[in-house]
Amino acid sequence: MPRLRKVVITGISGRLGRIVARRLHHELEWQIVGLDRRPMPGRPKDIEHHQVDLRSKKARDVFRVGDVDALIHLGVMHDPRARPAELYSWNITGTTKLLEYCQAYKVPKVVLLSSANVYGPRPDNPQFLTEDAPLLAAQRFPQMRDLVEIDHLVSTFLWRAREIETVILRSVHIVGPVHNAPSNYLRIERPPVLLGFDPMVQLIHYQDIAEAIVCALEPGRRGIYNITGPGEVPLSAVLTELRREPLAIPHPLAKPLLSFAFRLGYSSFPVAELDFIRYVCMVDGRRASAELGFRPRYGLRETIHAVDEPA
Amino acid sequence: MGLFDRLRQLRGDVPEDDLDGRTKALVVRGNEFGYDPFGLSRDSFKTAARLARWLYRNYFRATAYGIENIPPSGRVLFVANHSGQLPFDGLVIGAATFLEPPQPRLVRSMVEYFVPTVPFASYLFARWGQITGTPENCRRLLAAEECVLVFPEGARGISKDFSKRYQLAEFGKGFMRLALEMQAPIVPIAVIGAEEQAPAVNVKPLARLLRVPSFPVVPYPPFVPLVPLPVKYRLYFGEAMTFTGDPDDDDEVLDDKVKTVKHRIQSMIHIGLRERAHVFW
Repeated sequence: MPRLRKVVITGISGRLGRIVARRLHHELEWQIVGLDRRPMPGRPKDIEHHQVDLRSKKARDVFRVGDVDALIHLGVMHDPRARPAELYSWNITGTTKLLEYCQAYKVPKVVLLSSANVYGPRPDNPQFLTEDAPLLAAQRFPQMRDLVEIDHLVSTFLWRAREIETVILRSVHIVGPVHNAPSNYLRIERPPVLLGFDPMVQLIHYQDIAEAIVCALEPGRRGIYNITGPGEVPLSAVLTELRREPLAIPHPLAKPLLSFAFRLGYSSFPVAELDFIRYVCMVDGRRASAELGFRPRYGLRETIHAVDEPA
Repeated sequence: MGLFDRLRQLRGDVPEDDLDGRTKALVVRGNEFGYDPFGLSRDSFKTAARLARWLYRNYFRATAYGIENIPPSGRVLFVANHSGQLPFDGLVIGAATFLEPPQPRLVRSMVEYFVPTVPFASYLFARWGQITGTPENCRRLLAAEECVLVFPEGARGISKDFSKRYQLAEFGKGFMRLALEMQAPIVPIAVIGAEEQAPAVNVKPLARLLRVPSFPVVPYPPFVPLVPLPVKYRLYFGEAMTFTGDPDDDDEVLDDKVKTVKHRIQSMIHIGLRERAHVFW
């Protein structure tokens, strides 16, 4: 019997990590190794899990055997409540270490799930950003710098480590029964919106992003790809479709109100994220469709309603 | 004949427009929610069209010449003179292209980068088909066989002093590079009337003080141009011009082509000025 292909998934304990692991394990028969500092309760017996810090020696040991066929890096920490210094060290040092292991122990494939947010929502953005657009998210909001810097680290690695097929997926807002800012926002009954602003947004179904990762794992594929879902809609249309009752706040008041609510613990949204409901930050996904052969399977309505799916 | 009689007389022959039919006939690449990739929605557009029609037919009593030069389909770049402190020239060109030809077309004008930061304008402009003026957006729309309106004079044109009316300011070269790259025909447009809608002078010290591009002052209350004068608009659509060449040529090479367009518009302006009897009717 041939050896199963082995993939290491960081951040496997999160909702999205589990979805990706399940997909690769059940449908495509990969051997899964999880790396996460959180435990993974209820994991199937044949999924290996290491509850370790990415920066630790134990994480290196996972790669040392030299039989890892791919790394999927989902373990970018966004926790808005964590100390910025700790977040920075976790994200940047963690990613650097992972890339080091991959090079040292000859992992042929590295996939990073980045985000289209790295381009930053800006008033002078073209309607659709292509992969060569500068990553300006951190210009106005230093809180976004981790995200941008990880993307930069892996892009540099893409050009430096030519023997490794590195794929960066810059995904639009992933929605589904997952804990990320867009899904959390869309689950609020009375979500705050900015009075007089209604940007077009792009969403992608959580199963479609798992599909994109599967596409990226195919041998021969390397590069940077924007991953888009089924289309573009105004934020207001998404909220109407979900029968939410948005609360319109004049934008000069929104910042102080939100930062106050954040400090009191009523809100988990950092002020930096307000610009995502003010300006467009949309991407052109044609390269992924042409080169990765990725096409979203879920339509707009299914994608929007995925936020209300039970976990 | 007094002014009011003249106006009443002019109002009498306002043609009927089938706004519903024309809105339906517009080519929109909408999705299941009714929005196109740039945020245009047919429903919002119809509301705007109603207002634009009133301004076009009743307020500015616009006349359009050379409607047959508007191609019924396919990519095209509209190039026009820009003036009047407030961008009503864009609105009137859009209304003409929607109301006059047998097949209505949607004009996408390239708006300034600050528009997306202004509440309400930020999304209403998008719903009505207007786009942020980046070259990428223009390229994408031409590739989708749409009609894009550019004012190569830009801010220099719209904020020109009254004494400079009908003298074209310097043309930017970006539009020519885009036309060459996308192989889009250029339809030159001369707008007569707009240059008198706000007889203003630019008070430069005030503009510097307030850090705005210009601070126009008009000689009647409220002294800033908020409402345009009810001038009569005359639009001249010229024959389409096609250019060939390398879009990355040096500025000097491009300059000749840009001048050809500029001269065409200038000569259409001269004809228009000669033909009209009065600024207001």
